[in-house]
Amino acid sequence: MTLIGLLWTVPLFPVAGFLLNGLLGARFFPKKAVWVIACGAVLLSFLVSLGAVVALRDVGSLTPSPGAAVDARAHRVTLTLGSWMPMGRSADGSELSVDWSFALDPLSAVMLLVVTGVGFLIHVYSIGYMGHEPHPVFARFFAYLNLFMAMMLTLVLGASLPVVFVGWEGVGLCSYLLIGFYYDRMFDEKTRMSCADAGRKAFITNRIGDVGFILGMLLLFVNAGTLDIQGILAKTGTLGPGVCTAAALLLFFGACGKSAQIPLYVWLPDAMAGPTPVSALIHAATMVTAGVYVTCRMAPLYLKSPGAMLAVAVVGALTALFAASIGLAQNDIKKVLAYSTVSQLGYMMLAAGVGAFSAAIFHLMTHAFFKALLFLAAGSVIHAMSGEQDIRKMGGLDRHIPWTHATFVIATLAIAGIPPLAGFFSKDEILWAAFNQRPLGLLLWLVGAGTAGLTAFYMWRLYVLVFRGEERFDDEVRHHLHESPRSMIVPLAVLAVLAIAGGWVGIPEVAGFRNLLAGYLAPVLGAGEEAARAAPHAPLFEVVMMIVSTVIAAFGLVLGWVFYERRPEARVRLAESARGLYRLMVNKYYVDELYGKIVLAPYYALCRAAAWFDQWVVDGVVNAAGYVTLATSYTSVGFDTYVVDGLVNLAGYIVRGFSWVFRKVQTGIVQTYATAMIFGIFVLVSAYLLARGH
Amino acid sequence: MPVPASHILVFSLLLFSVGVLGVLTRRNAIVILMSIELMMNAANINFIAFSQRLQNMVGQVFSVFTIAVAAGEVAVGLAVVLALFRNRDTVYVDEVHVMKG
Repeated sequence: MTLIGLLWTVPLFPVAGFLLNGLLGARFFPKKAVWVIACGAVLLSFLVSLGAVVALRDVGSLTPSPGAAVDARAHRVTLTLGSWMPMGRSADGSELSVDWSFALDPLSAVMLLVVTGVGFLIHVYSIGYMGHEPHPVFARFFAYLNLFMAMMLTLVLGASLPVVFVGWEGVGLCSYLLIGFYYDRMFDEKTRMSCADAGRKAFITNRIGDVGFILGMLLLFVNAGTLDIQGILAKTGTLGPGVCTAAALLLFFGACGKSAQIPLYVWLPDAMAGPTPVSALIHAATMVTAGVYVTCRMAPLYLKSPGAMLAVAVVGALTALFAASIGLAQNDIKKVLAYSTVSQLGYMMLAAGVGAFSAAIFHLMTHAFFKALLFLAAGSVIHAMSGEQDIRKMGGLDRHIPWTHATFVIATLAIAGIPPLAGFFSKDEILWAAFNQRPLGLLLWLVGAGTAGLTAFYMWRLYVLVFRGEERFDDEVRHHLHESPRSMIVPLAVLAVLAIAGGWVGIPEVAGFRNLLAGYLAPVLGAGEEAARAAPHAPLFEVVMMIVSTVIAAFGLVLGWVFYERRPEARVRLAESARGLYRLMVNKYYVDELYGKIVLAPYYALCRAAAWFDQWVVDGVVNAAGYVTLATSYTSVGFDTYVVDGLVNLAGYIVRGFSWVFRKVQTGIVQTYATAMIFGIFVLVSAYLLARGH
Repeated sequence: MPVPASHILVFSLLLFSVGVLGVLTRRNAIVILMSIELMMNAANINFIAFSQRLQNMVGQVFSVFTIAVAAGEVAVGLAVVLALFRNRDTVYVDEVHVMKG
């Protein structure tokens, strides 16, 4: 089975790195050993993944063995490591069990290589970026990064929904830990949000989505009788349309949380509180794409429900446009990139929603390259600017940090969709697929194309404000201005190459090439895509659309150049004339405030009511029980003291009273006794004599 | 002509009464002892009187015994009074009331 048999080690290397660095790193290892372990673990994962993916090409020649099932038609190898939750027999007599099982097929292979490859580059980058951190922080950072890699790989490889969910929750946990990495720092002075608050916001928002994921999972389990992904997908034909729609929408709600779609996107911009490599790895390249990945993984389920598909497409398109428009007016370099990420994730969801799953994965991949590059370059800028993130205080940096500048330009052109860079091909494929959707195709295309224009515009705005124009920083910053160390520049360069060439695996057929990626993914996603395709190929029209989207992107770039470099006064006039809209965008459409009003405020009120109930009713009952006991005790004690003891004492007092009387008789004087005796004799004798009758 | 027994009995009654009064009213232990001797002798006189009246010697013999016993009794009584005086410097019985309740 070659390296496929070792697939289970892929998540284990980072786990080992996490345990080593997390338990021993800060105390026993020098910093160099820490990063060697962390990067080495990810590199090993990458190499094993690469070997396994290469071995998967000859899937037909692989022989099944116990614990390793081979599905040659779907190019899938499923490794079962052991039973996790054995559940006995089901109603129809089959064995029910949730296994620790990993599946390698073209879909997870693409994810695997993107996650380990980009993950490795970001690990290397972190060596330089976190280099100035003192030791415990340094080791903690790499331990968390490795844990994240392990969880992400579990998510990608998981062959049953619970295994995927373990990874799903694990990456959420790591995201929380890394967003709040500098938990003692303030993130947003205006709203008094600390980095720890930002982490919590991300975690809780994700949890809301996770409820949908769990419910969807349980719904599928109840109706399909299994939690194995392929088992569920094989049974979608027997499920009713209502169940399919409900399950698909619930899973999509979970994906909305993880992949930052409306209405749960609010956490991602605040996730920028984490260190920049974290933003690049988790909040751009890998974790946030997990929702898209799971949606594509469950594609046959979604295809059973046109309503759910439409919902995915509409939510994706709206998110793309909405986030892009907010990105226009942000002044924090990372916030611009964060809204850009939300917008691009919307693109991916749009692709999945219109049935172009391989296009979604394609864009996921190219986005991982160019957005990781953008974040890492932004990190390099922040590093050079001594921690400054406000683009109003930058400008003219192209002369000072040429490598960062060059890679940033490449990434900007790639995300803007300028051919022949990576973003062009994936974005174009999505737009083409959206255009062919029925019945909303034209609308979805317009939204997508408009978003493409906005993306080009705000990215060029970002580029101009950071790298061109006059220098707007002070001498103190200028004094420290420096190009980043080689460990940061090399990953940038590698990612720049990928951002240029990464799209060439998916050049559409009209240009005379073969769409390699779509072909590679076809065993998994091809059937579904054929089913969803509404329009036949129209080569000429496709070329026209390509030119149109390129023109739109170029127009956005030129507009950005005009407004921010050529004629800044025109921008000021525009902002003046549309002041209301501008304010709305700067304040992110007040969505956070809206959620605060309609979700958090009632929630806090509920909490206060619960606290009041607890304090007064629950505590009141408990206290009342206490008081009743106390009162009973007092009564009981009173009865004891005054009645029982009283009777006992009364007997004593009576005895004592008699004693007192009789004691007085005992005078101790002999003559008293003698007198009494004589008197007594007199009485007795008198009585005797009287009785005798004298 | 012998003295009638009734006279003797009245005399002995008076003597006895003097003894009783002496015991009850005097404070001096020695006087009380002496009064007790008076009462005993009143009893002896009764024995003698009835011995004469009944012409029987038993009464006389009895009184001789009584006088002998009385001699012993006085010896003991005086020894008690002597011990009392040594310990308490008093022979007044009302000053000795350790048995008071």
